[in-house]
Amino acid sequence: MMPKPEPVVAKAGGTVEVKLPLQLREGYHVNSNMPPDSYLIPLRLTWDAGAITASEVVYPKPSVLKVEFFSGPLPVFSGRFELLTRFKVAASAQPGLVNVPGKLRYQACNERMCLPPKTIDITLPVSVTR
Amino acid sequence: MQARKPSLGSIRRWTLFGAAVALLVACTSELPEEVRLKSASQRKATPDFTLKDSTGATVKLSDYRGKVVLLNFWATWCGPCKVEIPWFMDFQKTYKDRDFAVLGVSMDEGGWDDVKPYIDQHKINYRVLLGNDEVSHLFGSIDSLPTTLIIDREGRIASMHLGLVAKSTYQKQIEQLLEAPRDVPKTGAVRAPGSEFALLRAN
Repeated sequence: MMPKPEPVVAKAGGTVEVKLPLQLREGYHVNSNMPPDSYLIPLRLTWDAGAITASEVVYPKPSVLKVEFFSGPLPVFSGRFELLTRFKVAASAQPGLVNVPGKLRYQACNERMCLPPKTIDITLPVSVTR
Repeated sequence: MQARKPSLGSIRRWTLFGAAVALLVACTSELPEEVRLKSASQRKATPDFTLKDSTGATVKLSDYRGKVVLLNFWATWCGPCKVEIPWFMDFQKTYKDRDFAVLGVSMDEGGWDDVKPYIDQHKINYRVLLGNDEVSHLFGSIDSLPTTLIIDREGRIASMHLGLVAKSTYQKQIEQLLEAPRDVPKTGAVRAPGSEFALLRAN
């Protein structure tokens, strides 16, 4: 199922924060946004730039796993968690509905196996007002 | 007409044969289920494929007919796969002179740019091939990594493991196949492993 952020209302020239709630199947985890091994695929939320542009994506504090294949602690996300994005709305943005396209990339594993990396398309509906 | 009475020699031969069968059954049933290989009659032919290895050489799986092969689908981003790689290097070293080979098939999307540095860094001593969707589909879509097949000398799938299993499981299965008498192959389709489904969902 595709993650769907709630529609938001934002003023032209203003800012808006949007939460993207996610839930992983029990027993699975995804790498944090900053995995300590360059071969691991980080969780990454990106948004296309336009009249509404993401200025920052805030990831939660990861939990830590001890795994056999890596000598140090492995930061991961599991269960329910939220990604927060701060957007800037251009002063020139026209009032009305703007769909902001984004992508969520992740790669999940459990203790015994991993699933291939996936990139999911996301659309954030923003109602721009004056 | 009166039935012929069996000779003492004949009774002895049948008794010995029965004892041997009973011993074989007992030994087989004592093995834990995950270590047991499919019986020769249950084994299906491994789908053949041709891929390039890290040196650019073309490798055809059927060229390994006559050898016991551990075929491992893996990726550099797969943690559990990295646990197994040193085991497979051990197997390659230990059994390479006994008609045995490990073949790694990397499913990295980034291709050799991702895989070659890993091979060099970890000094992988067995052949690594670069997989693709076509080969994955031959095996019923390889969605979970690691996925490892133990292939007998006749090119048939003797066991298939989804996910990390114990080193001793692989070792016991390899040794069983290396010690088994050669058999006449039969052909057939490969059972498709279960597909994984979408993992992330919105609240």
